[in-house]
Order: sequence, then structure tokens, then C-alpha cells
Amino acid sequence: MGILEVKDVNKRFGGLKALSEVNLSVVENTVHAIIGPNGAGKSTLLNCLVGKLIPDTGSVMFDGQSVLGRKPYEINQMGISRVFQTPEIFGDLTVMENMMIPLFAKRDGVFRLHAITSVESERALRERAEQMLDDVNMLDKRHMHSASMSRGDKRRLEMAMCLVQEPRLLLLDEPTAGMARADTNNTIDLLKQIKASRDITMCIIEHDMHVVFSLADRITVLAQGTPLVEDVPERIKGHPKVQEAYLGEHA
Amino acid sequence: MFGLGKRDLTLFFIVAAMALFAPFILNPFPTDSGMAQFNAGYPDLMQRFVIFGILAIGFNILFGLTGYLSFGHAAFLGVGSYAAVWMFKLLSMNVIPAILLSMIVSGLFAVVIGYVSLRRSGIYFSILTLAFAQMSYNLAYSVLTPITNGETGLQITLDDPRILGVSATADGGIPVTNLFGLEMRAYETLNIGPWAFQFSVGYYVAAVIMLISFYVAIRIFRSPFGMMLRAIKSNQNRLYYTGLNARPYTLAAFVISGMYAGLAGGLLACMDPLAGAERMQWTASGEVVLMTILGGAGTLIGPVLGAGFIKYFENIFSKINDQVVHGWVSFLPDGLEDLVVALIHPFVGKGWHLTLGLMFMLIVIFLPGGLVEGGQRIARRLRRKPSPDDAKSASTEPAE
Repeated sequence: MGILEVKDVNKRFGGLKALSEVNLSVVENTVHAIIGPNGAGKSTLLNCLVGKLIPDTGSVMFDGQSVLGRKPYEINQMGISRVFQTPEIFGDLTVMENMMIPLFAKRDGVFRLHAITSVESERALRERAEQMLDDVNMLDKRHMHSASMSRGDKRRLEMAMCLVQEPRLLLLDEPTAGMARADTNNTIDLLKQIKASRDITMCIIEHDMHVVFSLADRITVLAQGTPLVEDVPERIKGHPKVQEAYLGEHA
Repeated sequence: MFGLGKRDLTLFFIVAAMALFAPFILNPFPTDSGMAQFNAGYPDLMQRFVIFGILAIGFNILFGLTGYLSFGHAAFLGVGSYAAVWMFKLLSMNVIPAILLSMIVSGLFAVVIGYVSLRRSGIYFSILTLAFAQMSYNLAYSVLTPITNGETGLQITLDDPRILGVSATADGGIPVTNLFGLEMRAYETLNIGPWAFQFSVGYYVAAVIMLISFYVAIRIFRSPFGMMLRAIKSNQNRLYYTGLNARPYTLAAFVISGMYAGLAGGLLACMDPLAGAERMQWTASGEVVLMTILGGAGTLIGPVLGAGFIKYFENIFSKINDQVVHGWVSFLPDGLEDLVVALIHPFVGKGWHLTLGLMFMLIVIFLPGGLVEGGQRIARRLRRKPSPDDAKSASTEPAE
């Protein structure tokens, strides 16, 4: 039984069948990649996992509990964090403030009115935020205005914001999209380091084969809304169906 | 001290000193000089400065932090005034219960309006709040006449019960608002040479409440709650996927902001115990938006400055009539004098709105951070040679 179990999920947008009979099982403490050509339904599937979309039929279970019908913030509180394709951070806030918000969310839940205490006085949380920033090599940037940082740094910050919540499942939507090779390699190293240092399950949607084969323990190939194959990376590479549907384009 | 950082504490003391010495600061010209008409240090106007300051401080908690532009804040001002006058009619002329009730009633009112309006954001939120305020205004004029006394406005009369006070004073007059016996309208005049400074009870009561409000606002700005509100303005999507629901936060900000407006409305009634529906009109809602943007939305001191600025214009600039202008330019030859007066005429007296409008446009275009940004730029220029780098880093974020 995986930590994330997707069973017979269907999702239709008008006449377009975005997902049909998708089954997916993500094993705890592994890195699971979902790949597929454009329009294969990768992002739709991810949006079904985080509560942005609700599948027409089927079930999505996280750690034995259904996520369907729950709001994105409730799903996050269950232990699923999400990294977006373009980094989503609080641009008007400093790096440190960006880190404090997920920590408050983790400690206080969906809503708590702390209107009179000061952020400065939250020593324990500030230390954890600084520790996390140190882990992603951003401690020296903690007073920076986050909107003024490079895209690579924004990505790092977003990951740090997700990780500081100690999620059990981290969903990454094309974490290296639009990045230069050097930045991509940095991101791969960062993800490897994250994986090695803690118990965490990752589910990565990715276009870049280099990233996928560097990180994934298991790979699911989606094509036209249906999973074609699911296997370990070594066997995916040579799989005839995959060659045809996906890698064939590049060959 | 007081749980404030060093800079916030300095700011608080500056505002406190300004409020304490306002009768001096606002009365720079001797009473019999030609410039005496620019003196703003009389109790009535000073009270308005601080009361509208409270309104703007509260508005800024909503608009400056979350970016939600409420266009119906005058409704809370009006509701607060009505609640306070009712307290004067039914309970006693003491201002404390009146102020408390005005805050409670406007808070409840804000829960209802906020709960509905906050389902939408951006322009739709503004329109919803505007609709609610106009609805309140029209209802106060028509069907709610038993509560609001319609067009006449709600006033205190000789046959009000006032169960904890007296219906009429010993000599048969209507009792006046007071703080445990200290009458709001009482004042002392201090004559120093040609100057006359007035110290009124009403002003100092309002000023102390303004300082408390300002202090609470600073605490909110620096609290985790304040940070959440800024996060809402910055990126609601990220907040959503970080395990937080923006709605309770925005509603709390809306209610706090509404209670500030109710407090301001209650204080207006304390200084002058009558309440009319025109206090809820949309122009009044627009005025507080102007105050906040003019002063600097999202800054602590900005709204207070903006409120003072607009109220000064409304009360002082509007009194400059053609005769006064003639007096200024009388040294010119006759024909030229008339021409100059004719040119200035549209901008002064009843035309003060035009001047204010032009100044507002100039400030929004050239100083998006409002008067506060203007002050910062001047301070930087005085301190050292300006470099292009720090002009960027120190600019305040304009609210959308």
C-alpha cells in the first residue's frame, strides 16, 4: 500500500477526456516521477491530488484518507506540499517572512488570530526558519525582498517553504522548467540532498529526462490521459511503448 | 518598551508629541494677524483631525495590508454615530458606554457585510461594499426612520429617558456629553502675547483614543496576523497551498477595520451628539480612501497624515475667498490684480476640491507611496547624496 493511492480516476473537460482510468501508487520514501508528452494529463492529475480539481470518478487516498472534496489548505494540513511550475512565493515579503508563514500554518492550523504578539518574539520558529534557509544555502539572503531574487533563488525559497512544514509528500510540478542547465543541475543536487537528509516522499512531474533519470526511483508514463507503463528508470528507457509515445519524438 | 521595536517606538512618541502639542503646532500665527485664518488649532477642527485619523488608521489595516479596497467604510462611521447617540438617549451622557456600543455595533455590522463581500476580491469586493454602504444610507433615510430619525438626523432631546443620567439639567437644558463629569466641550484658553491657544477636553479625549488606536495598529502590523494579511495581498494562491485559508484572515481584518470606523463615528457623536445619514454617503467612503492613499497606504503614519491633510484643506483652504486673495495681491495694478484673482478663484474657497484633486493626482503620479514617500525622499536627500540604488530599495510599496 503506497502513501498515495490513485484509483480509477477520470476527469473530463467538456469533450476532452483529460484523465481516463488513471491508477497510481506512490510508495513511501521514494521519488516517483510522472512523465509524458504535452497534453498527457500530468498537470491535471497533480491538480486532482492537491484539491484544485475534483475528479469526475475514482478515488485519491493519502495515507489511508481520501483527499477528494477537501480544500487545498486542508490537504496541505494533511501533509502534502506543492511546488509550482513558476515559483509561487510572497513577493512583497522578505525571505525570512516567507519562511515564517508556512511555520505558522504548521503550528497553528488553518486560522488563528495572533494580532497582538510580535513576529520578532517567535524565537523557536525563527530558528527553524534560519536552519532551513541554511540547508538550502540561502541564509545570507534572509533579509532580501523575495521578489527581487533570481528565478533559481525563488525556486529554492519555495522548496524551503514547503520543506520547513515537514510534509510527508512533496509534489513538484516541473521544478526545472525554464531553467538553464547549471540551475537545473543545482536543483537536482538540492533535491538529492533533501531526499538523503530526511524521510520524504516526492512526486515529480517533469519534462526533462535528465532530471527524471537522475532522481526517480520509479517512473509512470502518461499518454493521452492514461498510464502506459510504470517501472524502474532502467526499464522505462528501453520500453518500446514509451519509445513510441514519448522518447520517440526525440530519437 | 510596550512591546514595540525601536523605530516603531520612536514613531509612536513622535505621533504622541504631535497630538499633545497640537494646539501649539497648529496655531503658529498670532490671533490678530492676517495669517490667523490659517490657524487650525481650534478644538472643533483638531478633534476632526484625530477622529478621521482613527478612521484612516483602521481603513489602512484592511486596505494597506490586505489590498482589499472597501468603498463602503462610511457605513461603519454612520452606524457608530447612531449607536453612540442612542446610548446618550437611553443610558447616560457619559462617552465611555457610547464609544463601546458604537464599536460593538459596527463590529457586528462588519461581520455581516464582510461575510458577504469577501466572497469576491478586487473590483467586485469594492462594488459590494459600496452597494452595502449605499443601501445603509438609503435605508437610514427611509424605512429605518424610527431608529435614525430620517432626514432630520438623530438628536438628543429633553424627554430621552437616560436611565443612568438625567433627562434634563437642573436649569432645564439638554445635558452635554462628558467623561465622568468632565464636559467634552469645556476648554481653557492660554494667552501668550498675541497668541491664543485652546485646550479642550474633547480634543484630548479623542487624541488619547487615537493614540491607543495607533498603538494597536502598530502591534497588528508587526504581528503574525499582520504578516498573514500582507501575504494575502502578495499571493493568495501560495497561501492556499501553504495550509492557510485567507477568508477568516480577511474577515478579521475587515471587522477590525470596521470597528475602528465605528469608534471614529462614535467619537464624532461624542463631540457633537447628533447623527445623520449623510455621514454614510459614498463621498464619505471615498474620502477615507483618498486620505489613506494620499498619506501612504500600508505605512503606519501615512493615513494619519492624509486625514490631517484633507481635513485641513476642507476646513481652512475652503475659507479663502476672493476678498482674501485681493488682500494678498493688492500691491499689483488694478487690472492685473483682478486678472490674478480671477485665475486663482477656481482653486480656492468653494473650489478647494479642485486644488485637492490636482494635488491628489500629482501625489499619486509622482509619489505612489504618498506623503510618507515624499518625506522619505526629502530625508534621504538631506542625509546624503542620493544614489539611484537606495531610491529603489526604500520606496514603499504602492497599494493597487
